[in-house]
Amino acid sequence: MYPYILPCIVILSVAFYLLGARRANSIAVFYGGTKNLHSLPSHYGLYSAICCALPPILVFVLWRIFEETFITSSLSQSLPQEYLTLSANELTLVYNEIKNVALGGFGANSSNQVIKDAATLYLANLHSARNLVCALIVVLGIIPPLFALKHISKDLRARNIVENIGMAVLIACSAVAILTTVGIVLSVIFEALHFFKAVPVSDFLFGLKWSPQVAMRADQAGSSGAFGAVPVFLGTFLIASIAMSVAIPIGLLSAIYLSEYATNRTRTLVKPILEILAGIPTVVYGFFAALTVAPLIRDIGTALGCSVSSESALAAGLVMGIMIIPFVSSLSDDVIHAVPQTMRDGSLALGATHFETIRNVIIPAALPGIVGSILLAISRALGETMIVVMAAGLSANLTFNPLTAVTTVTVQIVTLLVGDQEFDSPKTLAAFALGLLLFIFTLILNIIALKIVRRYREQYE
Amino acid sequence: MSTTKNNLLTPDKALKKRYRAEKRFQRMGIFAIFISLCFIVFLFTTIITDGYTAFTQTYIELDVHFDKKYFMEENLANANFPSLVKHSLYAMFPQVKSRRDKKMLKKLISPAAAYTLQQMVKDDPKIIGSSKKIWVLADDDVDMMIKGKINRNLNNQNRRIKDLQLAWIDTLIKEGKLEKRFNTQFFTSGDSREPELAGILGALAGSFFTLLITLSLSFPIGVATAVYLEEFAPANKWTDLIEVNINNLAAVPSIIFGLLGLAIFINFWGIPRSTPLIGGIVLALMTLPTIIIAGRASLKSIPPSIREAALGVGASKMQTVFHHVLPLAMPGMLTGTIIGMAQALGETAPLLMIGMVAFIADVPASLTDPAAVLPVQIYLWADSPERAFTEKTSAAIMILLAFLISMNSLSVYLRKKFEIKW
Repeated sequence: MYPYILPCIVILSVAFYLLGARRANSIAVFYGGTKNLHSLPSHYGLYSAICCALPPILVFVLWRIFEETFITSSLSQSLPQEYLTLSANELTLVYNEIKNVALGGFGANSSNQVIKDAATLYLANLHSARNLVCALIVVLGIIPPLFALKHISKDLRARNIVENIGMAVLIACSAVAILTTVGIVLSVIFEALHFFKAVPVSDFLFGLKWSPQVAMRADQAGSSGAFGAVPVFLGTFLIASIAMSVAIPIGLLSAIYLSEYATNRTRTLVKPILEILAGIPTVVYGFFAALTVAPLIRDIGTALGCSVSSESALAAGLVMGIMIIPFVSSLSDDVIHAVPQTMRDGSLALGATHFETIRNVIIPAALPGIVGSILLAISRALGETMIVVMAAGLSANLTFNPLTAVTTVTVQIVTLLVGDQEFDSPKTLAAFALGLLLFIFTLILNIIALKIVRRYREQYE
Repeated sequence: MSTTKNNLLTPDKALKKRYRAEKRFQRMGIFAIFISLCFIVFLFTTIITDGYTAFTQTYIELDVHFDKKYFMEENLANANFPSLVKHSLYAMFPQVKSRRDKKMLKKLISPAAAYTLQQMVKDDPKIIGSSKKIWVLADDDVDMMIKGKINRNLNNQNRRIKDLQLAWIDTLIKEGKLEKRFNTQFFTSGDSREPELAGILGALAGSFFTLLITLSLSFPIGVATAVYLEEFAPANKWTDLIEVNINNLAAVPSIIFGLLGLAIFINFWGIPRSTPLIGGIVLALMTLPTIIIAGRASLKSIPPSIREAALGVGASKMQTVFHHVLPLAMPGMLTGTIIGMAQALGETAPLLMIGMVAFIADVPASLTDPAAVLPVQIYLWADSPERAFTEKTSAAIMILLAFLISMNSLSVYLRKKFEIKW
């Protein structure tokens, strides 16, 4: 019964929709047509369908959330005394084992008689509780809509009720965006606070050594467990600035050329091709940077007689810059388009050449918007992950030399969290602290950028 | 201006200089675009030239005698198939005697050959006792050799294929017992540690299930949010907050969504990791802003006359929106959704956080099976040391790009077809 509960609810509500609409129609016949009812028959149908579906779904969702805690707490009374004195973590392990044995999961046979008994009890409890919930849901799916059907009359304001519920759904959906932000902030801050209990904030923010491998033994080499984020951030900014020094000139120049000089045909041809760059997945750029660009740069470097690391910041930065070109160009294109034509005409009429018009009139007028788009592009470069994971290094070097390997915030987050980790070691939690800083950085950049762009847009509208 | 010669018809030096600056600037613009175009061409040619060879695979013909002595056991599946393959190969090269050489000879054939034979015996036990010519997969190094990705002229020490093996391969080619065939394996199997066995079906299925979840979450929520913000929301602090939030979420680094998924969905809610379910939820949150922003733009383009007409004949606000405005805005919303889905299909970083980087050989069959997705598969293969995985990676990239390009063209087509000029 339990697995079929959702289809059951759906079938029941469809049935009540039809019943409600039919009942409204039959009342309408009595009063001389549907025009004399307060709402359309379909509204009455929806009203009864909602009465049928809403309470069971609420019960079902609540049950899904609390099922685990409910069943385990029912078990705890039956476990022998020695298990109850265990610490919370060990008790969770015991519960997991019981669950695995009961549901036939991984490691499904246990030799321990206590566990076996508990597993049988677990299954029995689960079944009886689920049956109870099913019964409750069926009752809730039939009784309220029956009342609703009885309630249907000429004057029932079914449309208003249905529309209000619809409105509530719309508002709830729009709250998802806020919940997501809250979720991000809470999860990152919560774990980062755990981390700052182990490592002082000042060590993290101003420390010059990053080496997150925590030593297992005291005499282990190279595993000091130092968490100074400065070199990591320096690497991030180094790669981002290489990327921006590629993306800003190329992106701006192509945006200006396309919006000011190019014929309509060129524009319609070239613009979508440039958009391809934005559509290529970052993992493809990463593969390309690691396997084609980095060896190329290394070979060129060797030919010129300087040693270039095969994971040089230059390779990752160049490819990232190419990736960001379309962001810069399409955003600045919008901005340049928003400059009123009258300003161009005025400048040209005074005898300025096109280039002078662009340099002295259009760019100053569009500057705030251009700065905004560049800030957005920088935030993109700071948070970019796959290119640096695949093409940049892992060791945190405190250097400004673009030919050496540096590491970035995103690379560190990925390497710290991929693979099996205990979740409460500072090594794992450090990833969340880095994530917190990254989030704050990009958030500030985004807010400033969006504000500038918005104010600028209003200025010319 | 002081000289009498100067008039408007004969340009002076300063004007020439200004025109030169004009030309120079134009050329810089063209050059900038040229660089981007060059890079696109460079990227695509590299990937295609690296990857097209992955669509063929080298096979070697073996004369297998299904000797009864291998099938004494009750269970035919337990027979020693690797040894059968080995001895068939030795029989083809009777001059090879020493243990070391035999070992090298054995390396010409993929370990998968044993499974091929096992499958044949399972399908038709009657072939036991008979002899057959069977095409089996060659080892990945042989395959690379045939495709010219291992340099023949390197000296023996530095080459993965040694001189002896090279001679055997040449004999095989001469006898017509070695050929390249279309690589169906690549499209019909999951991941594998052996490059010649690895395929993308598992990743494709994983991507499909993940996108299914993403679509079914982000489309309804995105459309509902767009409708609320554009049509119903009163101008107040709450609405402002939602708007600022959505714009910010659109620019939050994708890896942060992965942290959210790890901390809240996996550790707090206990959704199983590595599954399309959790991947789909995280990607849905990530694509939501794209869909909302596109949806709002699309709703904005519907002229107020439509709403006024509906309200004028007595429709309620809700009816106006859902019966008249939304259907007209739908093509624009679908376009935005397809673009969002394309984004989700190509996204890798948040999925690394939620455990979708595990090595998974099975093709996932449901939403809660561990799975890899296409971009993550590319990442995993790109990290593999074997030479043969490079071409697989490029081939997988070609397939991913083909999907993305067709999704984007679909969205352009839809926009062109249903675009209404009001």
